Amino acid sequence: MEILVCARRVPDTSENEIQLNDAGNDIERDDLVYSINEADNYAVEEALQIVAKAGGNVTVATVGTDEDEEILRRELAMGANHGVLLSDDAFGGSDGKGIATILKGFAQKGKYDLILTGVQAEDGGAQVGGMLAALLDYPFASLVNSVEVVGGSKLKVGREIEGGNKEMNELDLPCVLSIQTGINEPRYVGMKGIRQAQSLEVPTYGAADLGVDTGSVGEVAAKVKRDDYFVPVAGKGAEILQGSHEEIADRLIELMKAKGGLQ
Amino acid sequence: MVEGAQTNGNLIFWGMSAPLLVLIFQLLGLACFSCIVYARAAPLVRGQRDLRFDRPLLRLQNVLKFWLGQWKHPRYKVAGTLHLLIFAGFLILATRAFYLLLFGLADDFVAPSAIGRGYDIVADYAATIVFFAVSAAAVRRVVFKPARYAVPERYGKGHPLDAIFLLALIALLMLSESLFEASRAAIQAQQGLTAEFLPVLSLGWLLKEVVGSASAATLWRLHLGSYVVDVLTFYFLLCYRPFGIQFHVETSLFNVYFAKLDRGTVKPVRWGVSDEQLDQVKSFGVKTFEDFTWKHMLDFYSCADCGRCSDNCPANAVGRPLSPRFLSIKARDYAFQHYPMFGSSRNGQPLIGGIYSEDEVWSCTTCGACEEECPLLVEYIDKIVDLRRGMVDDGNVPKSIQKALKALESRGNPYGKMEKKRADWAKDKEFQQTCKVSVLDGDATTETLYFADSITSYDDRIQAIGRATARVLTAAGENFGILGAAEKDSGHEVRRFGEEMLFQALRDHNTEAIKASGVKRIVTSDPHAYNALKHDYKDLPPVEHISQVIAREVKSGKLKLNHAENGSNVYAYHDPCYLGRHNQVYDDPRDALDAIPGLKRVEMSRCRDRSFCCGGGGLMLFYEPQENERMGVKRVQMAAEAGANVIVTACPFCMVNIEDAIKVSGMEGKMTAIDLAELVDQHIVRKRPQAAEDESNALVHANA
Repeated sequence: MEILVCARRVPDTSENEIQLNDAGNDIERDDLVYSINEADNYAVEEALQIVAKAGGNVTVATVGTDEDEEILRRELAMGANHGVLLSDDAFGGSDGKGIATILKGFAQKGKYDLILTGVQAEDGGAQVGGMLAALLDYPFASLVNSVEVVGGSKLKVGREIEGGNKEMNELDLPCVLSIQTGINEPRYVGMKGIRQAQSLEVPTYGAADLGVDTGSVGEVAAKVKRDDYFVPVAGKGAEILQGSHEEIADRLIELMKAKGGLQ
Repeated sequence: MVEGAQTNGNLIFWGMSAPLLVLIFQLLGLACFSCIVYARAAPLVRGQRDLRFDRPLLRLQNVLKFWLGQWKHPRYKVAGTLHLLIFAGFLILATRAFYLLLFGLADDFVAPSAIGRGYDIVADYAATIVFFAVSAAAVRRVVFKPARYAVPERYGKGHPLDAIFLLALIALLMLSESLFEASRAAIQAQQGLTAEFLPVLSLGWLLKEVVGSASAATLWRLHLGSYVVDVLTFYFLLCYRPFGIQFHVETSLFNVYFAKLDRGTVKPVRWGVSDEQLDQVKSFGVKTFEDFTWKHMLDFYSCADCGRCSDNCPANAVGRPLSPRFLSIKARDYAFQHYPMFGSSRNGQPLIGGIYSEDEVWSCTTCGACEEECPLLVEYIDKIVDLRRGMVDDGNVPKSIQKALKALESRGNPYGKMEKKRADWAKDKEFQQTCKVSVLDGDATTETLYFADSITSYDDRIQAIGRATARVLTAAGENFGILGAAEKDSGHEVRRFGEEMLFQALRDHNTEAIKASGVKRIVTSDPHAYNALKHDYKDLPPVEHISQVIAREVKSGKLKLNHAENGSNVYAYHDPCYLGRHNQVYDDPRDALDAIPGLKRVEMSRCRDRSFCCGGGGLMLFYEPQENERMGVKRVQMAAEAGANVIVTACPFCMVNIEDAIKVSGMEGKMTAIDLAELVDQHIVRKRPQAAEDESNALVHANA
């Protein structure tokens, strides 16, 4: 089975202190460390596990700039067979549909039985998976937390439903799935693998290579534009507990008891 | 010759004289033993390289101390004494056994020379002592059943009869040998010849008293029979030994000679492969049995299953799924099974998920208590690290540890905190008024580097230890600075958790930063950093732990300490594993404490090289073990039992673990923990500021 995983590089929320920039339209990006979007990492792991059972190849693609190549190398170290950077000056400022359009261009260059995305990017809007499926006219399942290959042409996927329930669906291949975190336990990518992946070739494809009309992507085509970015003011009913860890914990228990959350 | 007497030489069986027959049997026995040992060597030949042929004099010294001198045995008084007696007896009897076996039936078996006669007396007593020692050991195993021999269910079935069977065989050997001598002496006496001298109360003497009055024919049968039993037992024992714990009789000498010589170090990924060549190594660590080095396989053969390692293992004590003893025994059983005496070997099966579980391998804190105790110098930490290297290489790492490793990679600390905040601990306003800590910028006037490491830099509680250390250094007149944002985690636990390449990246970064700073020496308050800088890094200026600085400067008079502030406190010093066991710094921290006049100090029963790990440092804080209770809780109980109400630590991780343990065990108010640097800092006699000085002088004058 040939699997394409669409991945993205995002600021690592656990290793950064996210602050607004002076202009107030984005975060301060000077001292940030980046990593692969967590849900995308689960998608790559899932792809690797499917291929380990059913055979085939895993290709990881990302839309971005040279800096984003590092996540491709990390996923190559993880076991992916190919990493592809989709980069073009015309891609800058793309909205969700723009990204989906670029990915569609790449998906059609190859013959992929299955396309996986993360359920959403940590700094994104959970749009790309569904849009990509629509553009390709492929079946789509979102919030997937289990995948089973049935025969050679069908998938049985489990989806997380609000409230902790689970729904099972059957889809024909080729299809697109957006993968929920927790579907598996992604393997650790060590320094050794990352170093060894430095020497692997990561091709870059631009708009012309992908047959993407530059008028349909990038800032010019974006119909959704970021207008503002801010930390919401704590509203009524929201309370930030202060003090030492013990004091916070004590207060929390008190509150939970008072509101009936703890008996 | 008396009528009816027979000689050995004229006994004929199957057309062969008895001595010839015995000789053939013995050659067969030796051949059999050689074949068995050859089969046992099969995995060793396939094992990884291990360079253990250097420093022969030091190795010989080890042999004299730990093998011949049985140095570690008396740490367990009863078992150790019994073993010492049996071992000494064996050495004494070895010569006689061969002499007896080869020439016992020869007609010209002559009374030995005067020296030989002296030796014979010693040997007679040796056999007697061995006989009674093995009897006592058997009684101990059967009747008293020391707890450490028990085999918990999860480690499979034990081999309880192995030990008893072995002891019985040794007893039989001693008995048959002595009976052989006793019956000969009795025959000689009856024949009116000069009977061979049997020393009073030796086993032979006792047996001669018993059988001396038997008829000549009976004695003759006893004599011949005991000889046959002796030969059979000897060769059975020889060929049986490679099938169990008793193999250590043969392997121990080699195991001790080839033992690890450098404390505190971790073995390279592959012996003989330099760091630069590691990128070419396909697979890291131990994944299958054959990935162990030949020496580590020899360890498995040498383990005598005495249980001392696990008896001292803190992980085992709190119910984590790890028992060093069974790391060895399971691997040995694997080797026996997969490299059978007959038929071809079945190798290459993964160890994790096979004989070892993931949690078993992550449970080790690398405290070194097991290695400190092992009389045969079996190694554990390097094997654990190698197994972890294999798991890391396969991407098989618990999620909580993955997160910390990822943060170490991107931010240089396991918490994912910003690099630029690494020196924030020294920017506390109140602290800055009394003590200025400069970030080194390469100007060569600063001689000393205080290497703080991650936890001291970022953890709220531990930052106080950093500040206390800085104040102590200042009081001692040290011209020191820190690396600040240029410092990354020492990587001590990164290496010991099997992520070798990440460790090397951290090491290379720090080495460069330290060299660029131009300092002449390094001080740290973190034993893990101390061990890393001292043993894992190369070509650095000399490194000291703050306790060593304190002890030295107290002696030199630069540091003067006030009388103990709280006279009713009783202090117990807890030896951090990486200061004590791994680096043998036991006395400096104690000297530093004792330099505080009037300080009451007690020792816990488990102290110095038997110290009990607090729960582990570095990445171990991120691991969620399966355990019944925390190691720290046990340690706090030990301090309470010793009558202490303050535990003095000298390691930031000990502080975290012990303070947590005091809380979870409900000992708050009854027990506190303080770092050595903090305690010393509180007691330093400081020159008061001039104004205060004038004020008190005025007071003195006024009173006068």
